[in-house]
Amino acid sequence: MALDETSIGHLVAQALDAFAAATSTAELKQARLAHIGERSALGMANREIGSLPGPERKDAGQRLGAARSQVAEAFAARQAEVERAELDRVLTEERIDVTLPVELGPQGAPHPITALMDQLSDVFVAMGWEIAEGPEAEGEWFNFDALNTGPDHPARATSDTLFVEPLDHHVVLRTQTSPVQIRALLERPLPVYIVCPGKVYRADEFDATHVPVFHQIEGLVVDKGISLAHLKGTLDHLAKSMFGEDVATRMRPHFFPFTEPSAEVDLQCFVCHGASVGDPDNPCRTCKSQGWIEWGGCGVVNPRVLAACGIDTDVYSGFAFGMGIERTLMFRNNAADMRDMVQGDVRFSRSLKGVAR
Amino acid sequence: MRAPLGWLREWTALPESMTGRELAEVLIRAGLEVETVDEAGAEITGPVVVGRVLKSVDEPQKNGKTIRWVQVDVGLQHNEPHPDYPQGCRSVVCGAHNFAAGDLVVVSLPGSVLAGGFAISARKTYGHVSDGMICAEDELGIGHDHTGIIVLPADAGLAPGDDPSGILLLRDDILDIDVSPDIGYCLSIRGLARESAQNLGLAFTDVVDRATPASKADGYPVVLDDPACPLFVALTVTGIDPARPTPRWMARRLTMAGMRSISLAVDITNYVMLETGQPLHAYDATKLAGPIRVRKATGGEQIVTLDDVTRTLHADDLLITDDSGPIGIAGVMGGATTEIDAATTDIVLEAAHFDSSSIGWTLRRHNLPSEASKRFHRGVDPDAAYAAAHRAARLLVELAGGTLSAAETVAGAVPAMPTQAIPAGLPARILGTPVSAEQVAEILRASGVVVEVSGDAFRLLPPTWRPDLRDPYDYVEEVGRKLGFDTLPAPVPRAPVGRGYTPEQRARRAINAAAVAAGFVEVLSFPFSSAEDLDRMGVAADDRRRALVRLHNPLAETQPDLRTTMLPGLFAAIARNTSRGNDDLALFEVGRVFFAGDGTAAPIPGVAGRPSADELAAIEAALPTQPRHFGAVLTGYWRRPGWQGAGIPAGWEQAFALADIVAGAVGATLERSSSDRAPWHPGRCAALTVAGEVIGHAGELHPTVCRDFGLPARTAAVELDLDALIRLAPARGSITAVSSHPVAKEDVALVVADDVPVAQVKQALSEGAGDLLESLALFDIYTGSQVPAGHRSLAFALRFRAPDRTLTDAETAAARGAAVARAAAATGAELRAF
Repeated sequence: MALDETSIGHLVAQALDAFAAATSTAELKQARLAHIGERSALGMANREIGSLPGPERKDAGQRLGAARSQVAEAFAARQAEVERAELDRVLTEERIDVTLPVELGPQGAPHPITALMDQLSDVFVAMGWEIAEGPEAEGEWFNFDALNTGPDHPARATSDTLFVEPLDHHVVLRTQTSPVQIRALLERPLPVYIVCPGKVYRADEFDATHVPVFHQIEGLVVDKGISLAHLKGTLDHLAKSMFGEDVATRMRPHFFPFTEPSAEVDLQCFVCHGASVGDPDNPCRTCKSQGWIEWGGCGVVNPRVLAACGIDTDVYSGFAFGMGIERTLMFRNNAADMRDMVQGDVRFSRSLKGVAR
Repeated sequence: MRAPLGWLREWTALPESMTGRELAEVLIRAGLEVETVDEAGAEITGPVVVGRVLKSVDEPQKNGKTIRWVQVDVGLQHNEPHPDYPQGCRSVVCGAHNFAAGDLVVVSLPGSVLAGGFAISARKTYGHVSDGMICAEDELGIGHDHTGIIVLPADAGLAPGDDPSGILLLRDDILDIDVSPDIGYCLSIRGLARESAQNLGLAFTDVVDRATPASKADGYPVVLDDPACPLFVALTVTGIDPARPTPRWMARRLTMAGMRSISLAVDITNYVMLETGQPLHAYDATKLAGPIRVRKATGGEQIVTLDDVTRTLHADDLLITDDSGPIGIAGVMGGATTEIDAATTDIVLEAAHFDSSSIGWTLRRHNLPSEASKRFHRGVDPDAAYAAAHRAARLLVELAGGTLSAAETVAGAVPAMPTQAIPAGLPARILGTPVSAEQVAEILRASGVVVEVSGDAFRLLPPTWRPDLRDPYDYVEEVGRKLGFDTLPAPVPRAPVGRGYTPEQRARRAINAAAVAAGFVEVLSFPFSSAEDLDRMGVAADDRRRALVRLHNPLAETQPDLRTTMLPGLFAAIARNTSRGNDDLALFEVGRVFFAGDGTAAPIPGVAGRPSADELAAIEAALPTQPRHFGAVLTGYWRRPGWQGAGIPAGWEQAFALADIVAGAVGATLERSSSDRAPWHPGRCAALTVAGEVIGHAGELHPTVCRDFGLPARTAAVELDLDALIRLAPARGSITAVSSHPVAKEDVALVVADDVPVAQVKQALSEGAGDLLESLALFDIYTGSQVPAGHRSLAFALRFRAPDRTLTDAETAAARGAAVARAAAATGAELRAF
């Protein structure tokens, strides 16, 4: 084979043409074998160099080396081109409809009541309070007597309270989470800062705004120097934590056996902030244009309650408050009908997405 | 209590411009729950005027009615010209006949709107154009009477064209107040007027205008035989005219207060009760036989009450009796035998005081709430009885023409109020606001309390209308209420450092979150159940779940017990969802179940001090055991068929997986073993074990259970004792050292008999493989011609790795061989060649 410049140039031109003609990695591989491989003309030429005489060998070697480099570079460049084109084609072909419906699995959801109770509990735990719990089937003494609710109090009638049979065993389904407060005062060292979330029972109607089995969260503080003012500060803090910095509470004097003074606590409307009051053109459905929303009951712990727990009322005083979770959910998240909360329809629980908002 | 503003104005000098809403704001701040302010009569607009009937002609109609064609003078500014009358008039058609020419009536002229939005216009009727309407009570919303039109008194100084709303008490604001149990004194105009006056700093006139005299027995004889009635005033009024009507102002006020006008004598007793808060009762004097005696009932005694119901009395019911037997249930309802009627001329008026607790029990026993019992139960001012009796007597004299007998009876006396001593600084300490001793004394005195200062303490005597002022903190509340809770500062108390959620609380949250993340929806059911539920579940007679706790007064007779299992509630939720078209369901619930305890009674210790340890232990012993359970039920598709491919039905696999996830959420590892437990399919139920203790079950439900609870076929369920799971979970986990040396993978296929559980083979392989085994997973199950009948081939992927070196082929082969050998020995497995 001639290793003259013309011949080699011809081989190079053939190789470059073949590379350029290849449009896939497979064709390019064929072209590489044909034009750079051991058995290709350039490959064979390489072997022939050794047999050439000295001066010729040097020249031919240089010529051939340059040609091989040129071909190799052209191959690498063409390979990059072809691979890029192939990848582009694959990426185009693999395009998906990103609007297709997808799911990892069924959509789970906590019950909104549980989610709300957890969120309320978090506020108090962040303040250093602890979560206290107790039985739902409870002794009458804990549910009533210890809470200054004597035997002739109307709440103890079978029309109000669910009793475990027989009546004279004095076991009821707790009508409030307050018996947990009594347990806490009997069991825990003072001071006590607790909240008690949980399920309670009343012999009540079952309609859009009443359920006989519902949930409450109650708070109790017993410490030295505790006053009604501390209660007010705590309720304001809770309102701000749950409904925003610009929301306050107000206390209206009321009556409960286990607190004295007692009050009902209203939450300032977190939607209209009172702007809807007296403005029939812009009604507020959250507060029904009242500006305030009834939220719960509260007060200074009646010293009779502390006495029943063996606490020295000359040294210690306390406050307590309680809210209905179902009611809170109603005004907080526009739940229209309380019956939905107990009927287990998955659409109800799933509707409250992002429960911690 | 519905209180018309005009009535309150009679007893306290409210500013004339003050509206009902403004007064409501004041009272709300003072702790009264003003639910609504009704603007009575506000809907009536346009020209409604006094008219004088000039002429009235009866005109019989074809339909049998006789209408009247009436000319009425409605004043110069409203009259239209008329040929017969120089001053003019209006002509109207009227259906009523209870008036004559010359009478003053109320005429609504065209353009006016009456009660219920009834718009008046000139309209053609019965052959005339009626140019307005003569009004009856109901059309003005001031009463229920539609038997005739309103005829105004001739002597009230009214002239045609005048506004009649004053004499009709047409327009007033009514405050509707929900009076809480401790402030019974606000169930009266007197109490509300006093509260209004105090909170606004205005003058107050007390309708109770005379003190109770010492006891005397000059009037009708009264004997008090029970301490629950400390005072009984009896006045006698004779010669009343039973035909006299109730004056319009009185009937209107009664209506506004929510009571009906009945007869003059009854209306007077009700009016005075609303005004003073003291319930009164009027007996027909001629029907009384012998002295009035107040005593407890004898068991089984009966009375027919005013509502014509025969009631059997309880031995603790307090009665008013005479020689004929019971004539009234004290403070609750009068009896029929001495009731006043249309012929009554002589009346004995009762104004008595009854113990609130005694009335409360009777009220509840007979389920007989009345205006009287409501007041006595909340506490009535005993010192108001005498004055109230005299106010009613005076009205009987003035309005009914009676004569009050000078001989009166005052049996018993006003009970003494309890005094209380408080430190002068107590209100400031408990309210958390600086309020001086002088301010405290001033506030309490304004509330009627007699304040005696001795050093740093107050000695306090409450007024007779404030039985709620008893304990030191009651006085604190009174001071706080009068200062206004809105004036208090609002510091947040600083709690000591807390420990956050307990490990159990954190575990429960983790479990809930894990179940939700796994795709399950939480529900909250009523925790009630029944023996029938357990029957349908196939629960055996000796099963612990039969230890039902029965309720005395269940909400529903079909669910008389507390649940011992979470499943029926979840079944009901599944059935409700499927009936609503939600077919693909994975539900869970966490809640307490209740198992009957040892059947002892819970004691009720005193409340003067801490109960003894024994008393507290006895209460605990009487309570049902009430552990928290986790339940889950799933049905339909776990993954719906769709564009991605075929669906995956929900079933026992997901139930098992959920159990593993729940246990895994607290770091526990569940072992499953075949079990036969209701309500599960006997061949598809696993007992769930942690640390050797069975804590629950999972699997597919029994087909019969699915049928009987209306559940889709192959519904699966899990129930486990959450408290036990959390108790048995390892305290804390341990992190595995991660080796960076290469892994050696080996697959083995073992042929075993069908009844050999996979878990057993896995355990044997694992034990045989030793410490080098990193993981072991089943990846295929084969049955068919390649393996003997009654056998299956289980293919496992084994991964070996050493912590400190690259394993040699010989080491890996040895470990694999040891694993297979152990499986062969333990389960009869034979290695199958691939």
